[in-house]
This record gives sequence, structure tokens and C-alpha cells, in this order.
Amino acid sequence: MITTANGHHDRRRLCVVGNGMVGHHFVKEALSRGLGKRFDITIIAEETDLAYDRVNLSKWFDGQKRDELMLVQPGEYEQAGVTVFRGEGVVAVEREARCVRTAGGHVVAYDKLVLATGSSPFVPDIAGRDSEGCFVYRTLENLAAIRGAALLATTGAVIGGGLLGLEAANALRSLGLKTHVVEMAPRLMALQLDDTGAAMLRAKVEDLGLTVHLGTTTREVVADGSGRVRALRFADGRELEVDLVVFSAGIRPRDELARAAGLALGERGGIVIDASCATSDPDIFAIGECAAFEGRTYGLVAPGYRMAETAADVLAGGSRRLTSFDSSTKLKLLGVEVGSFGDAFARAPGAKVISLYDGGTGVYKKLVLSPDKKRLLGGMLMGDTSSYASLVSYAQAGSSLPDHPEHLLLPDAASGIAPRFGADMLPEEAAVCSCHNVDKRTICGAIREHQLTALDEVKACTKAGTGCGSCVTLVAELLGRELKRAGIVVTGHLCEHFAYSRQELFHLTRLHGIRSFEALLQKHGRGQGCEICQPAVASILASTWNEHVLDANHVGQQDTNDRFLANIQRDGTYSVVPRVAAGEVTPDQLIALGSVAKKYGLYTKITGGQRVDMFGARLEQLPAIWRDLGAAGFESGHAYGKALRTVKSCVGTTWCRYGVQDSVGFAVRIENRYKGVRSPHKLKGAVSGCARECAEAQSKDFGIIATDKGYNLYVCGNGGMKPQHAVLLAADLDQDTLIRYLDRFLMFYIRTADRLQRTASWLNHLEGGIDYLKGVIVRDALGIGAELEADMAVVIGAYQCEWKATLADPHKLKAFRNFVNSEDQDPSIVFVKERAQHRPASWPEKRALFDDRRIRLPIVTTV
Amino acid sequence: MNLQTVSLREPRTNWADVCALEDILAGTGVSAIVDGEQIALVKTRNGELHAVSNFDPFSKTFVIARGIVGDRAGVPKIASPIYKQNFNLVTGECFDDTSVRLHVYAVRVAAGRIQVLRSNERCQA
Repeated sequence: MITTANGHHDRRRLCVVGNGMVGHHFVKEALSRGLGKRFDITIIAEETDLAYDRVNLSKWFDGQKRDELMLVQPGEYEQAGVTVFRGEGVVAVEREARCVRTAGGHVVAYDKLVLATGSSPFVPDIAGRDSEGCFVYRTLENLAAIRGAALLATTGAVIGGGLLGLEAANALRSLGLKTHVVEMAPRLMALQLDDTGAAMLRAKVEDLGLTVHLGTTTREVVADGSGRVRALRFADGRELEVDLVVFSAGIRPRDELARAAGLALGERGGIVIDASCATSDPDIFAIGECAAFEGRTYGLVAPGYRMAETAADVLAGGSRRLTSFDSSTKLKLLGVEVGSFGDAFARAPGAKVISLYDGGTGVYKKLVLSPDKKRLLGGMLMGDTSSYASLVSYAQAGSSLPDHPEHLLLPDAASGIAPRFGADMLPEEAAVCSCHNVDKRTICGAIREHQLTALDEVKACTKAGTGCGSCVTLVAELLGRELKRAGIVVTGHLCEHFAYSRQELFHLTRLHGIRSFEALLQKHGRGQGCEICQPAVASILASTWNEHVLDANHVGQQDTNDRFLANIQRDGTYSVVPRVAAGEVTPDQLIALGSVAKKYGLYTKITGGQRVDMFGARLEQLPAIWRDLGAAGFESGHAYGKALRTVKSCVGTTWCRYGVQDSVGFAVRIENRYKGVRSPHKLKGAVSGCARECAEAQSKDFGIIATDKGYNLYVCGNGGMKPQHAVLLAADLDQDTLIRYLDRFLMFYIRTADRLQRTASWLNHLEGGIDYLKGVIVRDALGIGAELEADMAVVIGAYQCEWKATLADPHKLKAFRNFVNSEDQDPSIVFVKERAQHRPASWPEKRALFDDRRIRLPIVTTV
Repeated sequence: MNLQTVSLREPRTNWADVCALEDILAGTGVSAIVDGEQIALVKTRNGELHAVSNFDPFSKTFVIARGIVGDRAGVPKIASPIYKQNFNLVTGECFDDTSVRLHVYAVRVAAGRIQVLRSNERCQA
């Protein structure tokens, strides 16, 4: 029986075999070109998972959730009317009958067929390769199997020291295995790196504890009596004892269906396609790793995406054709930045090579130039790939280089040579984003036409930078240039008074031990300051030294609420929030809160952070209210500060029958540790006692979820206007380790975020994202872990209840008078009853009262 | 808002004593009440004194004195603590909405005391 999507036989049928990254990209491109209206589209996917981000597969080992790797939104295909068979591969293409047969016995008819079958890992034909404990590294299922086996293993070996092999090795290492890399070639990443680069990479890889065996051929996988891996035997007769093996010795195109169907294949495999992606059968297209274009196959996602777009365009009647591909690669592997592009090995006749080698910092850069040194043919970058995107664009566009190209190897500051090698000099047709094939003209045009001002907008509008992300800095540079051209100021300057960013001011403050706004202004600023820089600097000072914010040299710079240690409301009265750590409160404390509220006539409400907010306090009442609250044992809750607010908790093992850890106890400990810590914006935390997540920890700046082995730490979540889920930073931690990571995380955020930037936005703008953050916090990749902890210890050590200190200081108390020349109250503050309490009177209500009470109205001049 | 300025009594041009000069920290403001009028008295970081109405016409609250004092291109200003509009302390004009202007009072220092010139105007909504 012939199946079609909707049973409409008059419509044409498009069948897509394979739902990897390229297959999915094709379907999206086809739908965006309206092919869904002309074709019944059917996808046949061999894996049970629909398309996922295979490039970032290894992130699954770092705790990235399966869902986050998925490229297909639930229901996305169904809503578009696309039929999907998953978990059953195609077993035959019948060109005569124009149909394909699936492993599940389905027959799907086609008018046009697209093969996106990808590739399979190559496993060398050696004895014992099927032993238990041997794996390949390609699919989520493979990874799950490896993780399962790693639980019982102690030593792992990866056969293959290429890009994927090293990634697999890193995965084994992160699973706690002693890890070996076995490579036949005399160097690592032989396709991308030369001897110098590879030697540097090897040194770095070995620093991480991996053992590298080069020039070593594996002859046999030796199994024990029960068929389980015991060792590897090499060509020289040596044996290496291992109990887990991953084969990563290259990939082979999946061209077996095409072969059986009689389609033309390339000499070295792959389905031959022309520039329109058509195979030797004009109704069959091939795209991605299974396709051979101009005699070779490509194992990278960018060429696959180009093919997907081309095939979709051709099917829609467009004229798009493939052009030659470049195997440019940029990645961060085991913490090392590596980039390689164009003719990196200087194979072109007469090519000139210039290079820079800095063994001290681990930087190696090599440029391959045309014989006349006028054009860039290719290059290799290690340790510092910041110039990668502009170099690649340059090489691809083939434009003339400036004189003295050797200066291109040096950091900008060191060369001091103008013009700079960057966005400005790129030709208009230069491809900036190779993943989505977006050139400079398109990006700059979109910025001008749609008046884009933020990087996120440019990414959303042009797709540039949304693939591998390697071009994001270049896109940002183009944006900056366009904005500058349009006269929009994009300096990172805080305001007119400081020609520095917040991060730079933080650094200056710390470096020079600056302790007041006045001193910073004298030394690094100009003018008198404003409502931007004063609170920003006040926050920096508080985050560094934690002196009392109402000290005479700080008070004038405090933002509205800090200035009076309370939250100003719409009528100019204040609300008061005492700290109730983790929301745990005794009956006596509740009674005390009620008594204070009653005594001063305050409106009360429970906050989202599990405490009590008391509204309607007049400025001059605040000290008396706090004297009473202090007597009842309460401390300031810092609800007024850009500071730690609350650490919310569920009841955990204290009472809950499901709790697996003492979430309340831990939340109390954390809240009391960080209380009074000021930061670029407010900070909220939560601790949930089990996976049910009743404390909503994943919506917090830092959220902790108890597991039966300890605690998982999530960071950079946000509720509010733009909700964002927190991301897992580390799993199954004990309390002390978690607190150490939190110290580092919070202080790193405090040091590097922009003013008023919440952690979620900070992470979104952090180059390298969560991986980078994990590197800094968990692996201490920058070597600043101890320093961050020490800085946090200083701030924590300087904690004082700000209200207690204020009540003890007559100078500070002087500010809490409504009038400098009278003990009168502000007569304009009026409440009206509402529900069982009261609220501020509206302006018309007040006006009526003013007339009645003969209160003098303000003088307001309208022009 | 359409407030009309109405003169209700004979002009008085005498100075009202408000507070000692050192009662205001440089770079901050205090509020004062003179003949029932609430005034924001501001001392800039470099010691200049300014007096404007304490009434914030945007939030309709008497809070201007609690704002952050600074300058814009050298012009002294104060930002409303409620919705952060900036006011020129010399002219009272709002930088963000030039149709709005705070009343400005003359201010002087005599024998270490700050004095404000009594207003002869009252405004009724």
C-alpha cells in the first residue's frame, strides 16, 4: 500500500530520508520557501530522536539537557503538515516505482526524493572490534551507552586523535576515566594542524591528564574470557590495558542506499551531486555528509547547510547553485582554541608562510600568503582565535592585504599599525557567517534598513552568528561600525563622567584600592557625576569593600532606595522588609512583625520571596520601626538594594515526605552567607529539596536542586519580564563545594557584568556562554578561583546589619527627618481605606483633601 | 496638568532662615518647609546651593530633595527618585520634558545659615 501524507494524490510528494542537522535544515528551508503548499512532505528518520545539535553533542556530558540539544520543537513538523516516520530507516529506494521502503515495512511514494543520510563512524577492520565495551561516538544513543559503561570502567582509550577523537577523549575524562588517545599519524588533528600546532596541542592535552600515543597503529582489541574489552594490542606488540574503547577514526558517507539504487558514487564514496544538489537521477537530491561535490565529501555542518538551502531553492524553482567549499574550522577543544582555514598547509605552489610562535602563552599563528604576499590563502591559529572570522572572510574574498602582513599576527595593541585588520577592511561580498552564508553587505544592510542596535537583533534578523558562533565578534564589530556611522554612540563608557565601562571601573577600583566615589571621580572621571555613574560606582565600592552605604562619603551616590534603606513607593512613603532567611519564621517573629505593622499603621503583604513587606512608612518613621524590629531580632532584608534578596526554599526533608535533602537548612546557610552582598543587579536564589522543584530554583540567579547524591547548581535564571531558565553549572555537589562555586560565580558576575545587568542577560552576552562559565568556575580555567573566593570572603567578613549600624550613628540618623527645619510630617501623605487595609490616596482624592485642610499646593510652572 | 498661577496676597520679599550650611552634605539635598511650601534645598558636589520646589510633577509627590545630584555637561541637576526625570537646578526645567519646570527659589548664605527667598506666588490646581 502506498502512503502519502494527506491522501491527496493530486499534490506532489517530497520525501526526505534522514533527519540529522542537514535534513532538518532542508525541511525548514523548504517550508520557508512555501514548498509545504506544493508538496506533501514526509520525513523518514532512522534515529528515534528527531534532529539534534550533533556538533555540540559532547555538551550532553557536561550536563546540558537532551531537550536543549534538540533542533526540532515539539509539534513543529506536525503543525507544518509534515509527516514523520521515526526510528525506522529506509532499506531500499525503488527508482522505477518512485518509492522508498522503510525498515518498518512502510512504503512512501515520492515525486522528489532528498537523501540526507549523513555518515557513519569508520571502525577499522581489526580483531575484537565488536567486544563488549567498544563504542563509536556519533549519536545520543552512543553517548548514553558510553556513559553507562563508564560507570564500571576505569581506563578508556580513543582510537583516533582527530577533532572528534579528542572530543570523545574529553568526554571519557569528564566521566572520570583515565584516558588514552591512540593516533596512527605522527600528530594530533592531522587534518587541521601542522607539526608545530599539533605539538602545542599535545602539550596542552597532556596537561589535562590525557595520555597521547602517536604513530601508533592498533592491531587488535583484546577481550577477556567473557568477551569484554581487556586491552589494546598495537602493531609494535605493546599492550595497553583498557576497559572501554571508543573508535573515532574518521567517518564514511552513508551512500549504501544510493549504491543499491544505481546512483553514481564518487571515487572515494559519497553520492555524486551537481551544483544544484541533484544526483545522477534528476528527481533525487543528496545533501550533507552523504553527498560528494566536486569529488569530495564534507564532514562539516556549514557545507551541509549550503547544500540544504540550495536543494530547497532548486525545488522551489530558484536558481541557486553550490560554489566550492572551504573546510574552515574553529573550535575550542579541551580548553584550547584552534582555528584552521583555507590552504593551511601551504600546498599552493610558491605560497609564502609567516608565523608567530609564543611558547610562553601557548599562542601559535600562521598565515599562508600568495607568492606576491598580496593575498591570504589560508592559516592556522592556536591559543588565540580572535581574528579568525575576519581572516577567513579575507581569505575567501581574495582581497588585497595591507603592506607588512606580518603585523596581522600581532595583537592590535602591539602592532600599532593602521589600518586595523577587521570589519572595516572587509570587502562587501565577504562571507562573515559561513554557517548561514551571510555576507557583510547583507548584515550592514539589515542594520541600516531595520535600524538594529543590538547584537541579538542582528542575529535574529540575519541569522549571522547563530550557527557555530565563531563570527559573533565580527558581527558585533560590524554593528558597532554601522552605529558609529549612523551617529549612534556606542562607546562602552558608563556616562559622560567616566570614559570607562563598569567592568573597567571595577578593575580600577580594585587595583588602586579606591574607596570613595569622590576619589574615583578625581582620578578617572570628570564633572560631578549623575544618576547613572553614582549608583554604579556606589555598587562597585560596596561589592569590593562593603563599607556602610550611609557613610558620609557614600550616602550621596546611593540610589533612591539604598539612600534610606527602604523601598520608596508611588506616594513617596516607604516599605520595609526584614530578612526572613529561607522564609523560615517562628510564630513569635510573625507576631512581632504583626505588632510592628499594627503599631505604625502599615499595610502588609507577603512577597514572592517568602517574607513580609510592610508599606506606608513615612521617612521619619523608619528609624523607630527598625528599633522595634531590631529588638525582635530582625535584621535588614536588603530589599532596597541591588544585592542578595532572598534564598527561597521548599520545606525539604524537614517535613516533606518527598524531600531528599534539608533544603531549608541549606537555604538558611546560603542566605546568611551572602546577605548584604551588593551586585550589579538584584540577586535571587532558591533551594529545592527534591526534583519536584517547589522552590522554583530554575527561575533564579542561582538555584539549587537537591539530588540523592547532593545538590545540582543552576545559574543565571530569571523570572520577571523575560523569563529564562537557569542552566546547570555543576551536578551532585556537596554543600561546601557548592558554596565555593557560588562564591566564585557571584564574584565573577559582580566583577564582569554591566550595570543593572541580571545574571541571565550577563550569561547571554558572555562570550563562550555556559561552557566558558563552567571553565572559569568549575575547572578554574583562568586560575582566579582562589582570588574570587578571597574577594567574597572580604565582602562577607565586612557584613553588618545596615539598620543596626544606622540606629547607632546620630549622623546617619539625621537624614531620616522629613524637613530639615521642622518636625512636621509631610501633609501631602494621605491614605484611604481599601479592603481591610489602606492605600495611598490618588491625586484627585488628595486635591479634595488639600482644599479641605488648607494645605498649600505646590508651585508648578507649565511652559 | 494645567496649573494656573494665582497671586493670593501681597508680595513678601523677605528671606526665610532654613538651616545651617553644614546641615547639607555636598552632593545631596534636604527638604524644607517654608510658609507651608515644600522646598528641595540642594548642595552640589562643588558647594553651590540651589533651591527648587520639592514637588515632583511626574509622580505628584514631594520627593525631589531625595534625588541624586549631579551635572549634565556642567549644568547642575537633580534626578527625581521616583521615575528618574532630570531637572536643571538653575532653571528648574525638566531635561526630559521641557514643558515642565520646577519653581526655583533664590537662596543665599548669611552667617553660616542658609536662607531662601519667600515666594510670593501660590499655585492652585
